[in-house]
Amino acid sequence: MKNFWAGIRAEIPLLIGVFPFGLIYGALALSAGLSTSTAQMMSSIVFAGSEQFITAQLVYESAPGFVIVLTIAVVNLRHMLYSASLAPYLAALPTRWKGLLSYLLTDEAYAPTIIHYEKEGITSYAHWYLFGAGFSLWFNWQISTALGIFLGTAIPESWSLDFALPLTFIAMVVPVLKDRPAIAAALAAGVVALIAFSLPYKLGLILAALVGITVGTVLEGRKSTRETLPPKDVL
Amino acid sequence: MNIWLVMLLGGLITFGMRFSLIYLFGRFQIPETMRKALHYVPPAVLSAIIFPELFLREGTLNLSFDNARLLAGLVAILVAWFSKNTLVTIIAGMVALFLLQFFL
Repeated sequence: MKNFWAGIRAEIPLLIGVFPFGLIYGALALSAGLSTSTAQMMSSIVFAGSEQFITAQLVYESAPGFVIVLTIAVVNLRHMLYSASLAPYLAALPTRWKGLLSYLLTDEAYAPTIIHYEKEGITSYAHWYLFGAGFSLWFNWQISTALGIFLGTAIPESWSLDFALPLTFIAMVVPVLKDRPAIAAALAAGVVALIAFSLPYKLGLILAALVGITVGTVLEGRKSTRETLPPKDVL
Repeated sequence: MNIWLVMLLGGLITFGMRFSLIYLFGRFQIPETMRKALHYVPPAVLSAIIFPELFLREGTLNLSFDNARLLAGLVAILVAWFSKNTLVTIIAGMVALFLLQFFL
C-alpha cells in the first residue's frame, strides 16, 4: 500500500501535465469525426495518448482501417522498449499482474517507475508503485477525455480546432530533433509524405515513415562507426 | 473497416507490445538495429503527418503567403523550439492561425 501511494505521488506532476491533453484529445476527436462513444472508448481500450491523436487525425483524413491499424503498430513500437526495460523487475510476478501492469504501461507511468526500480531495486511490493502510477494516470485520462468530449460539443467549427492536431504533433516532434540523424529522418519523411500524398489508402504516410526511419538509422550507423575509436585521454 | 474493429485491433496491438517483452523475459531480446530504428519512429511518423497538413491545400502544394496554415505552423515550430512546451506551442499556433485567417 505504501508503494501504491508513492506511485501516485510520483505521478501527480505528470497527471497535471496530461490532463489538458485529455481535454484536447476529447474535443479534437469529435471535430475529427469520431462519435462521443468511440472517442471515449478509445481512451479506455487503446489508452495511449499519441496513438489516439494520430488515429483521430487519420479518421479525419478518412484513411482506411488497415492503414490506421498499421500506423498505430509503427508508432507503438517504442512500448516494446519499455516492456524490455521493465521485464527483469516484473519477472517474478504472476501472469495476471504482468497483464494488468502492461495494460497500464504508458510513457508517463514508465518514467517514474523505472527511476523507482533503479533506485530501490526489487522489493516485495514494488509493483504496486507501477500500479499506483499507471492507475492514477488511467483514471485521470478517462476523466479528462470525458470532459474534453463534453466541451468539444460546444466549440464552433469556425475556430479551426482541427488545426490543433498538427500543432500537437509539431510540439511533440520539435524537441526530439536533437541531432542530424533525427532532423534528416524528419525531413525525409516529410518530403516523401508530400510526394506520395496521392497514393491510395493513405499509404504515403506509411511509406514516408519507413523512409524516415531508415534514413535516421543509416545516418546514425555511419556516425557510430566513425566514433567507435575511443578518445585518447580515456585510454 | 469498422471504427470499432480498428479500435479493438489498435488496442490489442498496443497491449501486445507493452506485454510482449515483459512476458517473454529472458527468451527474446530486441536486436540492436531495431533499438536504433525505434529512435526515429517519432520524428518520421509525426513529420509525415505534419508536412501535408502545412504544405498541401486541397491536395496541391501551396507555398504562398495566403497559406495561413503553413505560416501558423512555422510560428508553432519556432515557439516549440524555444519554449519546449506543448501547450504554449498549441496556443501560439492557434492564435497565429486565427490572426492570419482574419488578416489575409
